[in-house]
This record gives sequence, structure tokens and C-alpha cells, in this order.
Amino acid sequence: MPLHLQLHWIDILIIVLYFAFVVAIGFRLRGQMRTSEDFFLSGRRVPAWITGLAFLSANLGALEMIGMAASGAEYGMLTSHFYWVGAVPAMIFVALFMMPFYYGSRARSVPEYLRLRFDEKTRALNAVTFAVMTLLMSGINMYAMALLFQAVLGWSMSLSYWLSAGIVLAYTITGGLTSSIYNEVLQFFLIVFGFAPLTWLGLREVHGWSGLRARLAGLHLHGYLHMWRNMTHPGQNPMGIEWFGLVMGLGFVLSFGYWCTDFLVIQRAMAAENMNAARRTPLIAAFPKMLFPFIVIVPGILAIALVPLAQWPQAGGHVNYNQALSLMIARFYPSGMIGLGLVALLASFMSGMAGNVTAFNAVWTYDIYQSYLRPGRSDRHYLQVGRWATLGGILISIGGAYLVGNFNSLMDYMQLVFSFVNAPLFATFLLGMFWKRTTGHGAFWGLLAGIAAAAGHFSLTRSLGGPGGWLGVLHTYPSSMAQNFWGAIWAWSLCLLVTIGISLFTAPRSETELAGLVRSLTPRPPAEAAPWYRRPVGLAAAVAAVLIFLNLWFR
Amino acid sequence: MDLRQAIGLLFTFFGLLLSVYGVAHAGAGMVRQGVNVDLLWGVVLAAFGVGMLLLAWRARPRR
Repeated sequence: MPLHLQLHWIDILIIVLYFAFVVAIGFRLRGQMRTSEDFFLSGRRVPAWITGLAFLSANLGALEMIGMAASGAEYGMLTSHFYWVGAVPAMIFVALFMMPFYYGSRARSVPEYLRLRFDEKTRALNAVTFAVMTLLMSGINMYAMALLFQAVLGWSMSLSYWLSAGIVLAYTITGGLTSSIYNEVLQFFLIVFGFAPLTWLGLREVHGWSGLRARLAGLHLHGYLHMWRNMTHPGQNPMGIEWFGLVMGLGFVLSFGYWCTDFLVIQRAMAAENMNAARRTPLIAAFPKMLFPFIVIVPGILAIALVPLAQWPQAGGHVNYNQALSLMIARFYPSGMIGLGLVALLASFMSGMAGNVTAFNAVWTYDIYQSYLRPGRSDRHYLQVGRWATLGGILISIGGAYLVGNFNSLMDYMQLVFSFVNAPLFATFLLGMFWKRTTGHGAFWGLLAGIAAAAGHFSLTRSLGGPGGWLGVLHTYPSSMAQNFWGAIWAWSLCLLVTIGISLFTAPRSETELAGLVRSLTPRPPAEAAPWYRRPVGLAAAVAAVLIFLNLWFR
Repeated sequence: MDLRQAIGLLFTFFGLLLSVYGVAHAGAGMVRQGVNVDLLWGVVLAAFGVGMLLLAWRARPRR
């Protein structure tokens, strides 16, 4: 059954007001963009609550919003592993142990940290892969969102692309990172207020959590509200993964690889006003991150409990779980609220794109253009280059969106290649920050070995019904998710071993050069006499306590 | 520019718009689960918006 939302004038008015508002923010900030550091790092003067919410929102692209609700419908509370195991522990780690080096080294980007710590080739590898992946991910996000808008509103794909790209361009080219960050904070509140009523009204209809449990039992969806109960063997749960692969693959390798090294999120913390604010940034983000399952995953579960499967939209002969959010909006939102819900989706879509583009233009300008193409120009010149890079980045994103729209399987392959590149990264950073003996040659070849290991693992194994096994099948995984997690574990381990091995046979840099870049050669930040919520360690303890409680409660 | 002021303005405006629309169209398909969603949620949005404006006003730069 196709699903259509009818827009009334009030919905359109709300959407138009939102568009006007974000562009106005960009223009209000225009006067503050005097140097390249203003444009790329917000002049390093943003308060912690703003960088914290932006840290969270930069990652909340359209794919995430649609995908997490879909996954909630398909797998239930198992999906919350992506938050309570696959994100928050890494956010605590980056805040306490890694931010002192990112912020303290005064590096202007993550690739630049790699040059300070290791050498040019390691930086170049990271900068180029990051720049390419960021723009293509932005394109994939655009495509996913435009697809949804085409399905529920009947908008053409091109209208969605050019309208949203035009508005994102207007506010990022004027206000740079600050504008992107401000809109991410706005997006955070819009998502919370735009989706929370779905959970509230849905739970009202099923008569609360116990009513939801009873309904799911009636549908034979047992264990849908638990995250650890069916994790002993891969065969017990629909994700096809056991606890060890999940904790190591998702909770450690993939999650730490993303939250601790991806410049898209780290850039927000680098923009903070001081070291304390930079370290608190991921922790302030962690509180709402822990609660997000209740507004993005639970609506998906409610959708499966409330809407009979026969009434779900189909795609390619299968139930299209990606429509979970729109089904819920259609069921519970009258005119006006529909506008608010769509604004929340649009906001996640646009600030996802803006986040990718602002991270891209900093890496492009600092780590590629200034380093290899045109060094030694005036700061003004680089500011101009950054503005043009914004335009270029958005156009390439749109190109990427059209590309995946025309060649659908390309999207899967691109995400596959990205996972190869990302999987080993955390091993490199871990060794770089905590073992002063690690050398540039070790880091570079370790990274390449890790990427090769991920690709090799994929070529030698397959998952039921999935691709892979091009060179032979040594093992068959019950799901592509399990294959992905285990591939990451292999890539990380090989990167770690190769980096250690090569480092032992190559000359390390002198200790004076590594001050501020490696833990054993950096003075600890002094203990502050402030209330617990102003101290990173105090906040981290509070986050950990809530996290443990949630894991136990929903076990 | 104080971000709290910007967020406060937008949410107050959205809240007023929704609650007025909810009152004007009360009955006509506005009620879900026994609740006039636009009216009630509009009030919540406006309250949040006003709260943000108050925070911004308290922190305003003084000469």
C-alpha cells in the first residue's frame, strides 16, 4: 500500500519558515568570518553545550534517522546496541583520553594531527580518503532522503537535491563551521520535538510499555524489547551475531574507529573555547545520545506493533522498513505536526550535508590545498579557497547522489569500501597516542595492511544471501552485519600487528618532537576544583552510570 | 549572536502557530488518542522557546 502525506498550508508554512531561519543564521554570522580559523574552526570560541549538541547532531544524518527507525521495526531493541554499546563507550574514551592530544596539539584537523605525530604520507592517506568518503557519504544521505520525500510527498529527486543543497550552500558559505554548528544544535532540538510525540502517542495507543510487550508477544516477536537476552549464539537473534563479535566488532573497533578519529565529529570539539570544553564536548553529547533510542528506535518498534505487515509499503517484493517513521507520522500527526515532523527530517538531512561539507572543506583547504598544491599563501587566500571548496563539495555531493540513484548497487559497494578504510584506523591512533615508539612507516603500512585485511576478509567469506566470497568461501556468516563486524576485527588486529612490527624496525622520532602528541610525553591536565558537571572525569562517571543502568534495564 | 535567542524565537513561533491552528481546527481530524496534538504540542514548543529566550535574556551582555 503506497503511503502519501497530504500537506496543508500550515505544513508548508512551517517548512518555509525553517528554511528562511537557517539562511538568516548564516547571514548573521557572515561578519564574524574574518580568518580561515573563523571559517574552519569557528575561531575556537564555541561554548561546550553548543559543541556537544553539534557533536551529536553532525552524526545524525538522514540515513541514521530513517535507518534506526527501520532497524527498530526489523530487530527491536537489539538496535540500541548501536547507541549503548556502539557509540557511548567510545565517546567517553575520546573525551578523557584522546581530546588532550587533538585539542592540545593545536592541530587544525585530524589528518594534521597525523602529520604532527607521524609523517606526510600517513596524513595524505587519511586526508584523501576522508575527503572522498565524506562527500560521497553526503551524496548517499541526499539520495536516501530524496527517496523518502519522493515516496511520501511525491517530490521529484532533483527538487529535493537542489532545494536542500541551495539552502545548505547559502548558510555554510556565509557562516562556515559556526553556521553549520548552530544549525546542528537547532536540528537537535527539532528532532527531539519533532519525533518525541511519536513515542508518546504510540505508547498511549498500546497502553504503555507492558501493553507494547503484550502486543509484540501476540505477533510472536519475542525478545523484541531486550538487547542482551538472545546474544549467546548468532542463531538466536535476527541480527545473526553473538555477544563477542558485537562487543569487539561494533562496540570496540567500528565505534572507536568512528567516534575517536572521524574529523566530522572531532572538528566540533576542536571548535570548543578551551581544553575543558573540548573534553566535555563528547560527554555532553553522550547524554542525549543515550536517550535517542527512545525517539528513533522505539517509534520503529511501535510501528511494527501497530501497523499490520500487510499494510506496510513494499519495495522490491519485501516489506520496506525504511518507511517506519513516515508510517508513524501518517498515523499520529495531524496537519501542522506533519510540517514539524518533516522539518525534523529535513533538518537532519541538511545539517548532515552541511556537517560533511564543512569537514570536507577544512581537510581540503588545510591538508590538501595548503599542504601540497599552494603552500605559503595569505590566510585570506585560504579563506577564499574554503568558500569555493564549499560550493565544490556540495556540487560533488549532488553528483554522488545522482550517481547512486542511477546505479543502485554502487551505494552498497561504496559503503563496503568505506568500511574497509575505516576499520583499521583506531589501531593507528591508539598506538600513535599511547606508544611513543610508533613510527610513521609503521602507521602508514599498518593502515594499508588493515585495509587490505578488511578487503581480503570480505573476499574470502560470505554471508547468507549477501555478496562477498569472490576468491573462495572459507566461512559463511549468518548475516552481513556479522560479516562486517568480524571483518573489522580482522582489519584492526592486522593493522595493530603490522604497525608494531614495522615500528620496531624503523627509527622513532625524538621525544622532544612528540611532546603534546603522545600520552607519556604530555603533562596531564591539572585536576580542576570545579563541580562534577564541569569536570570531564565527573561527567564521564555520570555517563557511565546511566549507560550501565540502561544496559541492565533492557538486558 | 546568541544561539539561545535564535532557537527561542523559532520554537516560540512554531509553538504559537501550532497551538492557534490546533484551536482553530479543533475537532476536524485534529485529535489523536484523545489529544488535540497541535494545541498541546504547540504549547510545549512555545514553553520551550520562551525558556530559551529567558536564558538568552539572563546572559545578555551588559554594558
